[in-house]
Amino acid sequence: MKILYFSWLREKIGVPFEEVEVRSETVSDLIKELINHDHKYQLAFEDIKSIRVAVDQKIIQDLNVSIKNAREVAFFPPMTGG
Amino acid sequence: MHQTIEKCYISVNVQKADFDINSEIKIIKSKKIIGGIANFTGVVRNSGRKKEELMSLELEHYPGMTEKAIMLICEDAQKRWNLNSIRVIHRVGRLFAGDNIVLVVTASAHRKEAFKSAEFIMDFLKSRAPIWKKEHYRTHSSWVQSKEEDELILNDW
Repeated sequence: MKILYFSWLREKIGVPFEEVEVRSETVSDLIKELINHDHKYQLAFEDIKSIRVAVDQKIIQDLNVSIKNAREVAFFPPMTGG
Repeated sequence: MHQTIEKCYISVNVQKADFDINSEIKIIKSKKIIGGIANFTGVVRNSGRKKEELMSLELEHYPGMTEKAIMLICEDAQKRWNLNSIRVIHRVGRLFAGDNIVLVVTASAHRKEAFKSAEFIMDFLKSRAPIWKKEHYRTHSSWVQSKEEDELILNDW
């Protein structure tokens, strides 16, 4: 699965995206899986309330949404367009 | 990315290049079914939030998703108002004070629908388009924080 990071989350993780073998079936589990994998994720995901998530380029509100068939998951701070 | 829904032509671009407001309006006028055209242009301020002189503004985005997300906002506007054209151009990359950032043009038979829909689209671009701004100053850089009021204002629509 492709995992993408934007803005300060990208800077904290150190890469714009990565291909990861994911066992998790929900976004919430994926975050836990990443945090267990490396300390840098723990720092990046510290303030989970300030992180937004898109699954296959659609914003999701519920972190328990299934990612079983997802191709990509993106993590980023609140958007500042316009 | 463009499409026509119920005679409303919607066109969205996310690009590094600058845009020309007059030529965008000319394209809309060429369709000859207009009553009023409203347009909004966002421009880079020369001082950042910290009142220091801004060296540059960097706009990062989510390629692949950004145009789709903006198109969804336009589709929503098309459903709410009677529009015959919507044009949105959002720039990304490194910009400098005075540079254009974003253009929203809406055309309708009636001015209020054009004004309202342009404002609606701008309000939603602020917190629903996957774009992140970073301000670069002489001695440091900082990501622009989203404002709570930008999120709250969406409830008014």
